[in-house]
Amino acid sequence: MPLLRFIAGRLVKGVIVLIAIATMNFFLIRAAPGDPASVLAGEAGAADEEFLRQLRQQFGLDQPITTQLWIYLTDIITLDLGFSYRQGRPVLDLILERLPATLLLTGAAFIFSLTLGIIFGILAARRAGKWSDSVITTGALFFYATPLFWIALMSQIIFALWLGWLPNTGFRTIGAGYTGLRYALDVGLHLILPATTLGLFFTALYTRMMRASMLEIAGSDFVKTARAKGVPEGRIVRRHIARNAILPVVTLAGLQAGQIVGGAVLTETVFGWPGIGRLMFEALSQRDYQVLLGVFFVSSAMVVLFNLITDVVYRVADPRIEVGR
Amino acid sequence: MKAFFKRFARNKGAVIGLIILAIILAAAVLAPYFYPTSPWRMVTRPFLAPMAMDGYWLGTDALGRDVASGVMHGARVSLIIGLVSTLTALAIGIPIGALAGYFGGLLDDALMRFTEFFQTIPAFALAIVIVAILQPSLFSIVIAIAIVSWPPVARLVRGEVLSLRSREYVQAAVVIGQSTPRIILTQVLPNTIAPITVMASIMVASAILLESALSFLGLGDPNMMTWGYMIGAGRTRLIEAWWISFFPGVAIFLTVLALNLVGEGLNDALNPRLSREGG
Repeated sequence: MPLLRFIAGRLVKGVIVLIAIATMNFFLIRAAPGDPASVLAGEAGAADEEFLRQLRQQFGLDQPITTQLWIYLTDIITLDLGFSYRQGRPVLDLILERLPATLLLTGAAFIFSLTLGIIFGILAARRAGKWSDSVITTGALFFYATPLFWIALMSQIIFALWLGWLPNTGFRTIGAGYTGLRYALDVGLHLILPATTLGLFFTALYTRMMRASMLEIAGSDFVKTARAKGVPEGRIVRRHIARNAILPVVTLAGLQAGQIVGGAVLTETVFGWPGIGRLMFEALSQRDYQVLLGVFFVSSAMVVLFNLITDVVYRVADPRIEVGR
Repeated sequence: MKAFFKRFARNKGAVIGLIILAIILAAAVLAPYFYPTSPWRMVTRPFLAPMAMDGYWLGTDALGRDVASGVMHGARVSLIIGLVSTLTALAIGIPIGALAGYFGGLLDDALMRFTEFFQTIPAFALAIVIVAILQPSLFSIVIAIAIVSWPPVARLVRGEVLSLRSREYVQAAVVIGQSTPRIILTQVLPNTIAPITVMASIMVASAILLESALSFLGLGDPNMMTWGYMIGAGRTRLIEAWWISFFPGVAIFLTVLALNLVGEGLNDALNPRLSREGG
């Protein structure tokens, strides 16, 4: 069973990455100015002596650093991401409660940008050098160069505040008490602006990659052969070029998953979307470092998992790819 | 050299980018002459719309600070952070890539695993964590941006070195007994300058975007007026005063666009064989 072995290998690699990230978190806390206990407790003065003592004991802060690291890592492995003094709840609970909203947002943005990017990339490459190519590449350059949070703010002004077409902030209409399909529609309406603004930057990125990939494949020998054999142009583009050009783009897109999660922090902040990005922003303003590190760890875990899934899917979908090393 | 400029000038976008960049550079240098008072100072009444009063052609913000002054002073911070963090990232990425590519074997394996690790982590989230924990300052921001942006440099340099290592002139240097560090520094690395330059211009652009996003979240250096901070500060008054957030955003867009265009132009000029491919 080479596939099972491959998956197992990838899993081991993923776990090593996560342990490395946890270790990095551990040393980051110690790099912060001040006593680690008060760093962990959050905003200076917010924590009382009792809580500080409890933290010192929990993290073994009076013991040698290797013991401290061991305690920290075993905590993480047992999914104990610490306790938010500010919110009075375990960090893991806070994150799990917010995770579905982020998955919905990033998932929607990913599908949106990948689909649109591939379509625009094909269109631009087919008309390389013509005006419609210029329009698409200029548009891609515009969204590539504009800060994501600024696009978010401006679309909020235009579509929510001035035109009033879409809801301004939030996840659902508060107090409307919708259920079933009506609820899904309501959430969907709230999702449009955040998902589009988050997705536009990546649409630009994927469009550029897809266009380049199409042009590269268009010059290869098997395309020339197909053309020489008299295969109709539309069929060449669809069956010969686009099919082969999509693969590297999807691979790269999978590797970029981490960036979408990072972008979610900005989009969720602007649109008040109740996901882990928003949680990170709140933790930031409250100096709640345990929550901050927890969100960072969980989002890294999401990325590792996503990369693993894409790897496995490719392995199954295209036997030519040698993913394992 | 002449041929280089000729090729660069043939790319219209690159020339436009260079002009925009020159204007922004001028704004950054001349900011203290046009607006000698600190951009943090209240100069007139708050929420003044653009063009509403002579001398305040981009309006004022919620505290009566001049938006135009902020935009000009912000250019200094953005350009400095973009440049310094890119140089820092190069200082991390080039040695790692060169060592991995030149020596290969176990060292290459180890260094590339290390690089991959940093590419897996969500970059922006890591930058947030680093700046938040080290406390926001010019130093911590530069470090954070450098740490998340060196991996592509290492990979690029590794690839280049790998292909240069087996060239005859490098073999010749080995045969005449030049020391390994000297070979890497004087024979191999000088030939990687072209692709590194292209990459660096794009990296400055991403660094500026990253810095603006950090200061938008309130993680900017508290002593410096930055474009991201201005956008974040104007956010709560978006309905009444859109201009507070609008103009700094345009400034970021123009700078990042210009740097990308210049990068493309450099690419065309430095790799003449690759340019103009498929229009």
